[in-house]
Amino acid sequence: MSATIPGASGASGAPGAPRTPDASAPASADERQPGLGSRPRRVGTFAAVRALLRKELLVELRTLESVPGMSLFAVTTFVVFHFALNRNSVDGDLAAGILWVTLLFAAILGVNRLFVADAEEGGFDAFLLAPVDRSAMLLAKALTLLCYLLVLELIAVPAFALLLLGPSLGHALPGLLGVLLLGDLGVAAIGTLVAALAVRTRARDLLGPLLTLPLLVPIVIGGARASAPLFVFGHAGGPPARWLLTLGLYDLVFGLIAYALFDFLLED
Amino acid sequence: MRMQGARAGEHPATAIEVDGLARHYGEREALSDVSLSLQRGQTLVVFGPNGAGKTTLLRVLATLLRPHAGSVRVLGESLPGDAWAVRGRIGLLGHEPLLYRELTARENLRFHARLHGVAEPRVQQALELVGVERRAEEPLRTLSRGMVQRVAVARTVLHEPDLLLLDEPWSNLDPAAVERLEPLIGASSARTRVVCSHDPGGGLAEADLVLGLRAGRAVLVKAAGEVAPEEIVELYR
Amino acid sequence: MYGKGLRELSIATVAVMAVALALVFFWAPLEAEQGFLQKIFYVHVPLAIVSLCGFVVGGVFAIQHLRTRDSRWDMRSYVAIHMSLIFGVATLITGSIWAKGSWGHWWEWSEPTLVSFLIVFLLYATYQPLRFAIEDPERQSRYASVFAVTAGAFVPLNFIAVRLSSEYLHPRVLGATSNLPWQMSLTFVVSLLGVALLFTTLCKYELTVKHTRMQLRALRRLAERRDGATSGATSARRARSAAPSVHATAMTARPPRAAGGTTGAAGAPRVARPGS
Repeated sequence: MSATIPGASGASGAPGAPRTPDASAPASADERQPGLGSRPRRVGTFAAVRALLRKELLVELRTLESVPGMSLFAVTTFVVFHFALNRNSVDGDLAAGILWVTLLFAAILGVNRLFVADAEEGGFDAFLLAPVDRSAMLLAKALTLLCYLLVLELIAVPAFALLLLGPSLGHALPGLLGVLLLGDLGVAAIGTLVAALAVRTRARDLLGPLLTLPLLVPIVIGGARASAPLFVFGHAGGPPARWLLTLGLYDLVFGLIAYALFDFLLED
Repeated sequence: MRMQGARAGEHPATAIEVDGLARHYGEREALSDVSLSLQRGQTLVVFGPNGAGKTTLLRVLATLLRPHAGSVRVLGESLPGDAWAVRGRIGLLGHEPLLYRELTARENLRFHARLHGVAEPRVQQALELVGVERRAEEPLRTLSRGMVQRVAVARTVLHEPDLLLLDEPWSNLDPAAVERLEPLIGASSARTRVVCSHDPGGGLAEADLVLGLRAGRAVLVKAAGEVAPEEIVELYR
Repeated sequence: MYGKGLRELSIATVAVMAVALALVFFWAPLEAEQGFLQKIFYVHVPLAIVSLCGFVVGGVFAIQHLRTRDSRWDMRSYVAIHMSLIFGVATLITGSIWAKGSWGHWWEWSEPTLVSFLIVFLLYATYQPLRFAIEDPERQSRYASVFAVTAGAFVPLNFIAVRLSSEYLHPRVLGATSNLPWQMSLTFVVSLLGVALLFTTLCKYELTVKHTRMQLRALRRLAERRDGATSGATSARRARSAAPSVHATAMTARPPRAAGGTTGAAGAPRVARPGS
C-alpha cells in the first residue's frame, strides 16, 4: 500500500471541470447553491432509530399490511376457539392459555412480514450504506414490532373479554397489562432476530414460525401462568412474582443476545 | 490504519487502491486477484460480461461485501476494518433503486437524508436537480421506471459523496434524463467515479482507467487512452 | 490433522462403554420400586446430559466462528449440534420407554426433563432446514451460527421455565440422581463417561470424514483443471489456502439440491450427501 501524500496532483479525469485543491466535496453543478447540503457525518443511533421508526410506521400506515391482519386473525381465532372447545365462557388456566396462544400466533404473522419490505426493495443496502450503527435497525424493528403487538392487544384483549372471558377483567387489568408488556418485550426481541434470520432464506414463511414457536415457549409458559390467577371469578389475585421474574429474565437474556448477534445477520 | 497525514474525512489523492482482491462465493471465485489504483477525480469504467464480477467489485468498494483476500483502501480507509469511516462518503447506484415503493419521492429522500445527517432543504434541492419535483408527492409505485431511476440518482448524490459507484447508470433513462443527470453523476460531475458499463464506445469516452473483468479475473487494466475498443469487445467473446 | 488420536479415542470409548455395561447389568443393585426397568436410568440420563452439553458446546463453537470467521469452527458447531440432536432423540426414546414402564403411558408431561427436551428437539430440528434454505455458503455459516448461539442460550432458560411450571405436581422420579447408594452413583458416573466418550468419538469421526471429503474434492478439482476441463470459473482450493474454505466445511452436508447441483464449479462432481 503506497502512502501517497494527500494533495499530490492526482490527474484530473473530468474534462474541463475545475478541481478544488482542498479535501471537501468537489465542485459540481449542484454545489453552486449557497449554504444548502451539509457534509455527511456520522449519525447518532438515537436519530437513526427515530428515522427508521418513522419510516416503518409510515409504510405500515400506507399499506396496512401487518396490524389489521394480526388483529383480525386474533378475533377470528377466538371465534374458532368457541366452536372448537364448545364453550361460551372460559376462566382460569384455560382462559389464559387461549389468550396467549392466540396472541402468539397473531404475533407470528407480524414477525413474518417484518423485514419483507426491506428484503424485497433493497432496504438493507440503503441502511448499510448509511453512517449509522447497525444496531439502530434492530432497535427500530423491535420497537416497530412492539408497537404492532400493543395495538394488537388493544383490540384482542377487549375482544377476548367480550367473546370468551367469563370473569370480568376490572381490577385485574393493570396486572394483565404488566404481564402482556413483559411478554411483548420478549416476543419483540426474539421475533426481530428470527425475522431477520428467516427473511433471506428460501422458505422464509415456513422457517419464521418454525423457529419462533419453540423459542417463545418460555414466554407462553410465563405469560399463561402469570395471567391465569387474573382470570378468576371473584377476587382475582395478582400475577405471581416468580413468573414475572421469569419473563423479565427471558427478556433480558434474549434482548442482549439479539443485540449482540444482529450485526452478523446484516453484514456480508 | 490510515494513510500518513490523512485525517478521517479527508479525500486523499488516491481514492481507491485495490491489491490482490479476492472474493469467493462457495467454491466459485467471484473475484480473483484484482488490483487497481484510482486517483481522485478520475473515472474507472469496468467492462465485462454478466457474472464477471462487476457488481461484486462495486459492492466490495461500497463496503457492502467484505474482501476475502487482498487489500482494499477506499478514500484512504482500509476495508473492512475502517469501513465505518467511509460510509456516508460513498454514493451507490445499483440495479435496485433502494427506495420504498409505497412512499413518495420526497418521503424516501427525507428518510435517506435523516440516515445520512443531511439537512432538510437539501431534499427539495435534490428533487429539483433530477427533475421530479412535480411528482414528488406521489407514491413511487405510480412513477415510471425512468422517473424512479431519477429519484434513485437523487438518493445517490443526496449526501454529496466523495465517491460514486454506478452500475450501468444510464439504463432506463431517456436522452433528456441523461442530459439532466450528467452533471450529477456523469463525467462532468468531477467526482471520483467507478462505472460499470456494457457500452464500449460511451464507456471508453468517459473513462480515465479501464478495467476488464472476465470470470472474476482482471484481464485488462489500462489507462483509457491505451485501450482500443476491440479489446473491450474481445472480453465478451 | 483431524484423524489424529481417533484410534485411541475409539478404543477408550469401547473400553469404557464395555465396563459401564458390565456394571449396569451385573453389578449395580436393583432398585426397590422399579426393578430392572430402572436400569434405563443409566442410559437415559447420561444421554440427556451429554446431549444438552453438546447443544451448548455447539453454541460456544458458533460464538468462536462469529468471532474469528474461521469456518472450521462452523464445521465443529454443525457436527456438535447434529450429534446432540441424534443423542436427543435417543434421550426422548429412552425416556419414553421408561415412562411407559413406570407410569403406563408413553409420554409424561410431569417430567420436566423430557418436556424440555421435546421443546429443544423441536427447536434444533429446524437447524438443518435453516442451513439448507440458504444458498450462499458464507451466509449459511453465519446465520447458522447466530441460530446456534440463540438456541444454546435458550436451552438453560427453557429448562428453568419448564421446571418451574411443573413443580406443583409430583416430584421428579425419572431423573433423580441424588440420594443414590454409592454403587449406583459409580455405575452412573462410568455410564456418563462412556456416553460422553461416545459422543466425542462420533463427532471426531464425522469431522474427519468431512475434512477428508473436502480435501478429496479440492484435489479432484485441481486435477480437472490440469486436464484443462472448463473455463476458469473454478480454482483449486488448496487445503492451506489463506481464504477461509467456507465452501468446503460444513457445507459438505448440503443435500443434493438437484442432480449435480453446483455453484458454478463447472464439471466438478459434487460429493454431496444429505447431511445426517
